[in-house]
Amino acid sequence: MKILILGAGQVGRTAAYHLAREPDNEVTIVDTNEDVLRDLQDRLDVRAVAGNGAYPTVLETAGIADTDILVALTNSDEVNIVACEIAHTLYRTPTKIARIRAPEYTAREQLFTEGALAVDVWISPEQLVTEYIAKLLSYPGALQVVDFADGRVQLVGLRARRDGLLVGRELRTLREHLPDTEARVAAIYRNERLVPAAGDTVIEEDDEIFFVAASDDLRRVMAELRRSEDPVRRLVIAGGGNIGLRLALKLEKSNQVKLIERDPRRARRISEILENTIVLNGDAADEELLVEENIDSADVFAALTNSEEANVLSAMLAKRLGARRVMALINRPSYGQLMENHSIDIVISPQTITIGTLLAHVRRGDVVRVHSLRRGAAEAIEAVVHGTQNRSRVIGRTLEQIELPQGASIVAIVRGERVIMAHHDTTIEAEDHVIIFLSDRRHIEAVSRFFQSDN
Amino acid sequence: MRSLLGVLNIFGSLLSWFALYFLLPVLTALLYGEFAPLRGFLIGAAVSVAGGVLLRLATRRYRYDLKPRDAYLLVTVSWLAIALVATIPLLLDMPGMSFTRAYFESMSGLSTTGATQLQGLDGLPHSINMWRHALSWLGGMGIIVLAVAILPLLGVGGMQLYRAGAPGTVKDAKLAPRITEAAKALGAVYAGLTAACALALWAAGMSLFDAICHAFSTLALGGFSTHDANIAYFHSPMIEFVLMLFMLIAAMNFATHFIALRRGDFRLYRRDPEARWVLLLILSNCVVIASFIDIKHVYGDFFISMRYAAFNVISTATDSGFVSTDYGSWPVFAPLWMLFVGCLCASSGSTGGGIKMFRSLILIKQSLREMFTLVHPQAVTPLKIAGQAVPNGVVYSVLAFIFLYFMTIVALTFALLISGLDFMTAFSAIVACVNNAGPGLNLVGPAHNYSTLNDFQSWICIAGMFLGRVEIITFAVLLTPTFWRK
Repeated sequence: MKILILGAGQVGRTAAYHLAREPDNEVTIVDTNEDVLRDLQDRLDVRAVAGNGAYPTVLETAGIADTDILVALTNSDEVNIVACEIAHTLYRTPTKIARIRAPEYTAREQLFTEGALAVDVWISPEQLVTEYIAKLLSYPGALQVVDFADGRVQLVGLRARRDGLLVGRELRTLREHLPDTEARVAAIYRNERLVPAAGDTVIEEDDEIFFVAASDDLRRVMAELRRSEDPVRRLVIAGGGNIGLRLALKLEKSNQVKLIERDPRRARRISEILENTIVLNGDAADEELLVEENIDSADVFAALTNSEEANVLSAMLAKRLGARRVMALINRPSYGQLMENHSIDIVISPQTITIGTLLAHVRRGDVVRVHSLRRGAAEAIEAVVHGTQNRSRVIGRTLEQIELPQGASIVAIVRGERVIMAHHDTTIEAEDHVIIFLSDRRHIEAVSRFFQSDN
Repeated sequence: MRSLLGVLNIFGSLLSWFALYFLLPVLTALLYGEFAPLRGFLIGAAVSVAGGVLLRLATRRYRYDLKPRDAYLLVTVSWLAIALVATIPLLLDMPGMSFTRAYFESMSGLSTTGATQLQGLDGLPHSINMWRHALSWLGGMGIIVLAVAILPLLGVGGMQLYRAGAPGTVKDAKLAPRITEAAKALGAVYAGLTAACALALWAAGMSLFDAICHAFSTLALGGFSTHDANIAYFHSPMIEFVLMLFMLIAAMNFATHFIALRRGDFRLYRRDPEARWVLLLILSNCVVIASFIDIKHVYGDFFISMRYAAFNVISTATDSGFVSTDYGSWPVFAPLWMLFVGCLCASSGSTGGGIKMFRSLILIKQSLREMFTLVHPQAVTPLKIAGQAVPNGVVYSVLAFIFLYFMTIVALTFALLISGLDFMTAFSAIVACVNNAGPGLNLVGPAHNYSTLNDFQSWICIAGMFLGRVEIITFAVLLTPTFWRK
């Protein structure tokens, strides 16, 4: 598959990195900055073209004529839109994906309908991250919450605590505790290592557990693994950028939100937009300010500035000053691994969140959703099973009979409205949505091939 | 001085147009066969035309385009001088009329105050009564145009923000062409509502003449009546109801009326930041006052209490000054409280007077903001009205306005005290005049009128009415040396 990426920014580079590793893909990347391109070419097997991605000549050089998917990820919404328009008008490129940040565009659904802008799929990283954080906040205690099948099933990652009922017991007792709840533990990580999740596995304190459950049962299952916490009421956000502002807008009606922004003019601007949020002008790492604003009674402190280092420091400081849970926006995976488990409760990586959504659209076959877990080390995917019994490798078979690659396991099936937890004797039918946990993301290509019908 | 001459030139043309306004009483006089008063009106018209033409000729060398700041001068000159010309028929047609009394009457009309020093209104010629009410109506028209089109441009006392709140009419206006447009539109709404009010009053049982006169002073929130007993003369709950309705309408922003009518979208009233507070405050005060006088057994029956309380509270709160009963005889809390509510209640861009709801909201929010900042010193807290941030400059000018407003009331009250009036009369008269409300308490209370005042006291009240009407700052700026410096 030929993929053309415009813009070698953080998301563009990461997307190129992920896509170029899959052998069937031919990736070309376009950017105006030649140094970045050279550096990228040294490390990845991609073609690089320098120039403005909205110019037809540049697109032609990059091989737009036979490109299957155009992914426009430049900094400018306008360049992204124009590039998609040009690709559509001149070259009839089949799939065009654009990153569009401005809510001024994305709020108008008509713009993205058939016959309007030639953007098939738009991705707004800020919106994705905001929604992700908002969901995390609605399940206090969870490290990660991701949706499948339009929210009918959720996969939750959390750390077991001693006060959880199930801790210190075998996994199979979950069924006795919650007889009419459908849930299945997908993976257990102990000291950063995967532990096989069988019926006789004993859950220990500090295990990082991933489980799937129907949305309605989520809270009850979580309560088995750690004492349920009070819902988030008081939230302190550091950084009034796009994400901080959107999050405050989303939550200010139901929660008590304080937002710290360093730039006086930006602080003024967002204070005019926000209705109930207390906007503070100051440094998020200013101890006096945090104490003055009662950080010790904050349920959540979320450091969402543009600077990863500032986020790490202010989140650590807030934790020390008594914030119940702190989260920080960190892009570099290495930082994330360093910080989580220690003084920062939750590391949010905008890149992984964006890439997950982006890759779901780019990946071939019938993968409809991809979520990166554990900062990209593991992955969960949702695939739709198409085809007939003779042509598919999975339809009509029980899970026992399907030999998925190492580290991959089917954890749940959504059949219409029904959520079925995976058992060894469950049979897969056509049009099922299958949710797969992948402890090693290198096998993703093999897994997605599994679900393609052979025609 | 050059700017004064330039302003006089423009005022000259205004004055010549004003001559046409004399047609109203002239037609009334002809209709009722009152030939005696005709003389005064015709002379008035003639003076008006001649004065206007002469002024224009005399100052034609100084004719030039008005600068925004010249508007302060134009407003002051127009209000004072039109009131002067308007006294001519009163002086000529009413035997024994002193100049002070005549000027008091015409300023009271033009400032839509509605205070009167005349006795025996019922016996006055129809044309004179028509003239008094017509002056009120003209004053109302003037204040709407002033408040919606001119004051926002000048930024008087925080009114500049208000311009942004009235989309389509005056937004980003240059002084000349858009103002004409806005003024015409608002004038049409004002005239249309007046016609509706007149018809409703007629249907409710007034004579056609009374209906027209009262419609004039209702929409202007003036308070003049053709009867000494004011509205009590009619003894009609229906008439009171119609008046209450139109007083509330007139206490709202006419720009909102205009946009709502043009778009046929009445949800706009809900977006008007003032309207809901005006209504809430007035209606809750109706209930409070009704309950209070009911508890005090002023009237035996709660519904009678409610009827009188509702009418008189709405009348004082909107600064109309109609009276349906002698509320001055109610226990003192009620009339004083009503006087106070009248300071806050009218919307900007309405014909009401006082601080205006818009400024009241800014002042309340500014106070809350000060307290909030004490708790959160580093908080950024823009003052918002209807979701829109109010620039600090606007807040400052509102603070300056409120200071001048209270100082004006205090200074003029002392002036009346010097003249020997008792405190209650002096204070209530000044508050009523500066708010352009009308009746005060005690000697100038609803059962009496301003006829007991001597010449000095009358002039103090005239000053109060004038200052209140032009929003104080518009006139005060003329007293600063910087205004006259080249």
